[in-house]
Amino acid sequence: MQYLGQVLFLLLLVAGFGFFIKNIKKLIRNIKLGRDINRSDNPKERWRNMIRVALGQSKMVKRPIPAILHIFVYAGFVIINIEMLEIIVDGLFGTHRAFKFLGGTYDVLIGIFEILAFLVIFGVVVFWIRRNIIKLKRFNQPEMEGWAKRDANNIIYIESVLMCFFLIMNAADYYLQTQNYGHYVQAGSFPISGFIAPLFEGMNNETVAFVDRFAWWAHIIGVMFFMNYLYYSKHLHIFLAFPNTYFANLKPQGEFNNLESVKNEVKLMMDPNADPFAAPAEAQGEPEKFGAQDVMDLNWVQLLNAYSCTECGRCTSSCPQNTTGKKLSPRKIMMSTRDRLEDVSKILDANGGKFVDDGKTLLNDYITAEELWACNTCNACVEECPIDISPLSIIMDMRRFLVMEQSAAPIELNNMMQNIENNGAPWQYNQMDRLNWKDEN
Amino acid sequence: MSQNLVVPTMAEMMARGETPEVLFWVGCSGSFDDRAKKITKAFVKILNKANVSFAVLGTEEGCTGDPAKRAGNEFAFQMQAMMNIQVLDGYEVKKIVTACPHCFNTLKNEYPDLGGKYEVVHHTEFLKSLLDDGRLTIEGGQFKGKRITFHDPCYLGRANQVYEAPRQLIEKLDAELVEMKRSRANGFCCGAGGAQLFKEPEHGDKEVHVERTEEAIGTNAEIIAAGCPFCNTMLTDGVKFKEKESQVKVLDVAELIANAEDL
Repeated sequence: MQYLGQVLFLLLLVAGFGFFIKNIKKLIRNIKLGRDINRSDNPKERWRNMIRVALGQSKMVKRPIPAILHIFVYAGFVIINIEMLEIIVDGLFGTHRAFKFLGGTYDVLIGIFEILAFLVIFGVVVFWIRRNIIKLKRFNQPEMEGWAKRDANNIIYIESVLMCFFLIMNAADYYLQTQNYGHYVQAGSFPISGFIAPLFEGMNNETVAFVDRFAWWAHIIGVMFFMNYLYYSKHLHIFLAFPNTYFANLKPQGEFNNLESVKNEVKLMMDPNADPFAAPAEAQGEPEKFGAQDVMDLNWVQLLNAYSCTECGRCTSSCPQNTTGKKLSPRKIMMSTRDRLEDVSKILDANGGKFVDDGKTLLNDYITAEELWACNTCNACVEECPIDISPLSIIMDMRRFLVMEQSAAPIELNNMMQNIENNGAPWQYNQMDRLNWKDEN
Repeated sequence: MSQNLVVPTMAEMMARGETPEVLFWVGCSGSFDDRAKKITKAFVKILNKANVSFAVLGTEEGCTGDPAKRAGNEFAFQMQAMMNIQVLDGYEVKKIVTACPHCFNTLKNEYPDLGGKYEVVHHTEFLKSLLDDGRLTIEGGQFKGKRITFHDPCYLGRANQVYEAPRQLIEKLDAELVEMKRSRANGFCCGAGGAQLFKEPEHGDKEVHVERTEEAIGTNAEIIAAGCPFCNTMLTDGVKFKEKESQVKVLDVAELIANAEDL
């Protein structure tokens, strides 16, 4: 019987991590549905970018208030997780505060964890107020209705509950330490839970010990739950921000890629020695589509972007088209891409890993042409994203599909492109008149 | 006044066996748009005054393909690029200056991969270098003490990180440079980029160029300085829409300098 707790704990860990790993594998499978793109160049600069942008949160500081609150929660999350080590050791070996042999260091660590836990609670409470009471515009736009809004609040609730259990556990422990009860020997310092401990005054020690154990179990069960909630949530960014910034585009924002598939055809057209009647080279499977119609036509970095997006809406709040009331929202581009990818994932799961056409595509069923044509390609969304996501690259690939595969550009743009092809300018002017300005008054 | 403009073409230069220091890429706007042609001429006047040896392609120049590319037509873009690269390479062009940030970005960033490798600078950078080398002097003239705000073109600023050159030129005019709230990396688009200049906007509450013009007017500037012919068009339209033509002028940085010098 005495090992029951330990066995249950082990089962909890196995189930928690097992399910988590299963979902991570699915995540990787889904990201790999994307087309190939080489982002293995320049590893030094990539590491530097990741350390600066993801670890150092350099792009968050632009908006100081959320930046500070976010640092609280971020630091709390990372540093309090060190405590998870001790919890796992205690759980597996039936010890109590296994690391207390660290003495003074242990006291300092527990003290820091407590202060961070308090700051996390403070941070998420303000986050909740910003979302639900102040109702900041970027958290209450159309794409944030329903699950997106609930998801954001769920994360806030889970994080505050976890921190509360952590502090209650410490408070009960601390109270019992002062009572010299059982194995609760003096260990740790309790700058925050020290204020909670007096509430146990007058309770019998057995009850307080039960509170301690209850909070300890509730905390670790909560952590396992939260870890597995991530895959279904925008909160995946806590992991994916790192690969996302590592694989980010390092070239100037204004440089759009030149499509390889087009390059070959243009080269052939420009070649005076090309034989127009030559037999076409042996077809190698289905020719690649120009641009993107569905998530499989995007590259894997764009799909990683979709999973990394935490829907903060900085992109949308800086988008010139969205802020003037147009339908385009860069955040929605990312959310729709992820929604479609998840739907494709479900199709794969249901058909033994094979994709079966469901009559839907990212274009039209998730993202409309109206949204795509509104974009100014101004890069404000790309500049703004705290983890280097590029909604613009998805918009561009989808425009390419609309134009090159469907000839579905707005008529004025068709005229413009026709002019370029006919007379080398977007307007109908004769190329021979290009230098007339020189002699005009 | 136009008689004074000296605008040699690459073909003429080559016939004379000369090689210019720099090729001036005029762009479609600068060649055909009535408003933008004034910017082209202002820039040429400065080049002439500073005795810069330059040439244009004239009738051999074609659209860089930028608007086609941003609209999604990679074919039209690459065709234009390959034709232009053939012409540029035929003249062994090494350095290009242009007053259009869209041409600038495309030539600088998207042509190298297609075989066209040149040193490409925006005209504000080029003017700044003339100033630094002592080849050009700028006196404030009529702009002394005037409030001027600079609108960052997306394809110059965010896209290529050129923020300082145009501002340093404006400060040389002894003008009071005032910043809009959204400037530099946070700059707000004029509404033209991404081929939007050529089409009607989507349904919404407001037009982008009106929003930006209101912000510029809000600085109480007498002049909105631009560094892009498209931005210039959009902001000029915005000023007209707000019926502020009598109070606020939209001018290119090159025009400011040329006017200051009474060129």
